[in-house]
Amino acid sequence: MKLVRIYWRKFSNPSKAASGVLLGLGFVGGILFWGAFNTGMEATNTEAFCSACHAPIVEEIRETVHYSNRSGVRAICSDCHVPHEWTDKIIRKVQASKELVAYAIGTINTLEKFHARRGYLANREWQRMKNNDSQECRNCHNFDFMDFSEQGRRSVAQHSTALASGEKTCVDCHKGIAHRLPDMRGVEGWE
Amino acid sequence: MKISLISTIALLITGALTFVIAHGQEAENETDQVMIENVTLGGRGFLKRHTELDVTRKTDPFKRVPKDRHPYVSDYIYQPPLIPHKTRGYEISINANKCLSCHSFRKSVESGATKISVTHYATREGQVLSDVSPRRYFCMQCHVTQANTGLLIENDFKRVDSLR
Repeated sequence: MKLVRIYWRKFSNPSKAASGVLLGLGFVGGILFWGAFNTGMEATNTEAFCSACHAPIVEEIRETVHYSNRSGVRAICSDCHVPHEWTDKIIRKVQASKELVAYAIGTINTLEKFHARRGYLANREWQRMKNNDSQECRNCHNFDFMDFSEQGRRSVAQHSTALASGEKTCVDCHKGIAHRLPDMRGVEGWE
Repeated sequence: MKISLISTIALLITGALTFVIAHGQEAENETDQVMIENVTLGGRGFLKRHTELDVTRKTDPFKRVPKDRHPYVSDYIYQPPLIPHKTRGYEISINANKCLSCHSFRKSVESGATKISVTHYATREGQVLSDVSPRRYFCMQCHVTQANTGLLIENDFKRVDSLR
């Protein structure tokens, strides 16, 4: 009984110094963990990381307006393919852990395999964009600030009707704007 | 004080000397080049420009294509209609043909775009197919975007009366 009391004292009254050290360790450890976690996250968002598997696609963007344009603003893979909102980003990153398996078994590790799978990959991404109302487009292209007088006739015709009413979303028409297209037979809007 | 003045003058003189010598050499090089230019290897001309075989001509700067405007009137009968809008990034490949998304028989009604001609559905022998003939699939072999570039070569071409 005495022993129990001694230990109870010991644990219920830790010395001031010890609790300070513990708090400090926790604080520093927390910073280190969070920093490392975010750095790791950022590392998986770089072009170099993506092109480890998706090299052909990273090459294709170079001739498009999202890579080279008059004002020098450019988008990298993650700008369009990874949600910017933290929660959505984590969800997407967890889903992407499945893609590590594909990497391990070499699903698209040759150009031929990649071309054969392009339709599947593209369709999945179009569906994702359709489900979140093309959120990644809208991170930069905000409908509210579109000036129709600056757009071409064809753009105005589509944007002021189908897009404005929410009937269509960006990716419904803007497919293949940063990459070459897969076989488009049977895709809505294509012959 | 005196020393520094002398050294400055000396510096100036050497500077002027090197300048004169360098210039002289440059002038010599120029005459060399003129000599070489007189012996040509032949070349080829394309429109106004003549290019020597051993020279890589600088590419012309890209022209600014109008974003979107009304169709152009043809310049002669049977002219492939000109494209009155930008086409950057419009893929035409085995997988996709962006032009047909608006200009095909089916889509032109809704889009209001110029419908492709019925000739595009015929084979070389004149047999009509159910879809665009492969020989007419690559739109931009005949149809081109337009930009205001001035005349490439002087000419006195005039439209026929019916198109004027």
